[in-house]
Amino acid sequence: MAGIGIVAAQCAHFTEALKLKGGGLLPAFDLVYETYGTLNAAKSNAILVCHALSGHHHVAGRTADEFGKPTANIGWWDNIVGPGRPLDTERFFIVGVNNLGGCHGSTGPASINPATAKPWGADFPVVTVEDWVDSQARLADHLGIEAWAAVMGGSLGGMQAMQWTLSYPGRVRHALVIAAAPKLSAENIAFNDVARQAILTDPDFHGGHFYEHGVRPLRGLRLARMLGHITYLSDDQMAEKFGRRLRVGAGSYGFDVEFEIESYLRYQGDKFAGVFDANTYLRMTKALDYFDPALDFDDDLARALARARAGFLVVAFTTDWRFSPERSREIVHALVHNGQDVAYAEIDSAHGHDSFLMDEPHYHAVVANYLKRIKP
Amino acid sequence: MNHALERADFDLIASWVQPGERVLDLGCGDGSLLKRLIAERGAKGYGVELEGAAVLAAIGNGINVIQGNLEQGLSGFDDQTFNHVVLSRTLQTVRHTERILSEMLRVGREAVVSFPNFAYWKNRMAVMAGRMPVSEDLPYEWFDTPNLRFFTLLDFEALCAKMSLVVRERQVLDEAGRLVLEEPNFLGSLAVYRLAR
Repeated sequence: MAGIGIVAAQCAHFTEALKLKGGGLLPAFDLVYETYGTLNAAKSNAILVCHALSGHHHVAGRTADEFGKPTANIGWWDNIVGPGRPLDTERFFIVGVNNLGGCHGSTGPASINPATAKPWGADFPVVTVEDWVDSQARLADHLGIEAWAAVMGGSLGGMQAMQWTLSYPGRVRHALVIAAAPKLSAENIAFNDVARQAILTDPDFHGGHFYEHGVRPLRGLRLARMLGHITYLSDDQMAEKFGRRLRVGAGSYGFDVEFEIESYLRYQGDKFAGVFDANTYLRMTKALDYFDPALDFDDDLARALARARAGFLVVAFTTDWRFSPERSREIVHALVHNGQDVAYAEIDSAHGHDSFLMDEPHYHAVVANYLKRIKP
Repeated sequence: MNHALERADFDLIASWVQPGERVLDLGCGDGSLLKRLIAERGAKGYGVELEGAAVLAAIGNGINVIQGNLEQGLSGFDDQTFNHVVLSRTLQTVRHTERILSEMLRVGREAVVSFPNFAYWKNRMAVMAGRMPVSEDLPYEWFDTPNLRFFTLLDFEALCAKMSLVVRERQVLDEAGRLVLEEPNFLGSLAVYRLAR
């Protein structure tokens, strides 16, 4: 089925200061976003797609080059958004947004700090999932959307969907929480911290003010991504895709790339380090670590979720060990405890945490079937 | 599965659910029973289902379906959360029979259990003739059946007695879905029990 074709980003500027959970105040900010489909007259068919750690607003379609021709830059969740796809642009108005602190156009560490006229760098505040949701609510206001038909996301995006139901219970009718968790485990935080240390200890990091030194902490960012990438895959998938296969001419008993998996990870690391901002990476992982809606409720997730009024679809993947199905079931059982509406699907998939991005027919059918219950 | 009979089974269960009660349907399939209980009885329902295709269908039916394996118990469901916990035509496929019955009465005040009666006269005839029975309620060949346990009304009631479960009500149906009032362990093809602690 054809996708949605050429898309273009828009930018919303917000002049009212945003109070941050960490105590800071962001005086003004931009959010870059894309929309697909048509907002109906009642403005009741809007779905917000929240991105994960390395995502952005370009969810679907292709951007255009200077001649108006489609480029190879296809949205990161294009396989699920479009006419006839689960997030059907014939029925829904889909919004993708780049989160605050990001590096794809929304205000972030590389933006200019109005107080110093220099890039924010290390001075850009640590933003939380709650802050993101507050900023996204401003975008909803800007678009005239009183309540989302659904807020949806995978991984860190799923946490935003969950937070939406808690921060703005009356403004979200359904939450699709995919490959997420109600909070990070010590192991999750440990992986994040190793990734952060890789960046923080890179000599080119300059305490986060590397922009003014004309360098970027590529080595740290590359290591962080390599480590992260391992946690997104499954052992089985890695064994099947790479096994212990050697590259041609390998077997030198040295430390050059020998095994295919090394080659793959280095490629992924390089690719990512070339385009991503280290300060953004630090903040995205911190937002993950801090997310814990049950914290203020004596660690009682059911009590924390009690104020949600949305219906939930929770989806987990069997080989996801970063946010395992068990973690999703914690969310499900808390909702059942409260008598809230929830459906839960556990999808057989070989692709580990990354499964949520894959074009897996059963998974997509689950999402499509759930969205059919939404009457715009 | 015979459609008329499925409805007969569901008719009984629906008649036992009071408006607004909370129901957990174990092995809920595509959620037909829950859909009916929600529409007709205003019940608040959840289903548990293992098979992906059935979960997909239940989601399409607007059901609160939780994908999971009954053999792993009902951990995650709190004590005494439901008015009725239903296990319709599924007990014979469960390996941990006693555990699932205990779990049902842990999370619910009442367990509703239906199962095919192996001692139904046609089944007895089949075995007498030297073949394993295939009937409306036991529709599988011996080599492709999902059923693990073959038992009768008397067997089940003996287990209930052993587990100190109280039989609140028992209804028995024949292959056409009609109530059987006499000789239930001989004339009944499907049994439906309401159990309590």
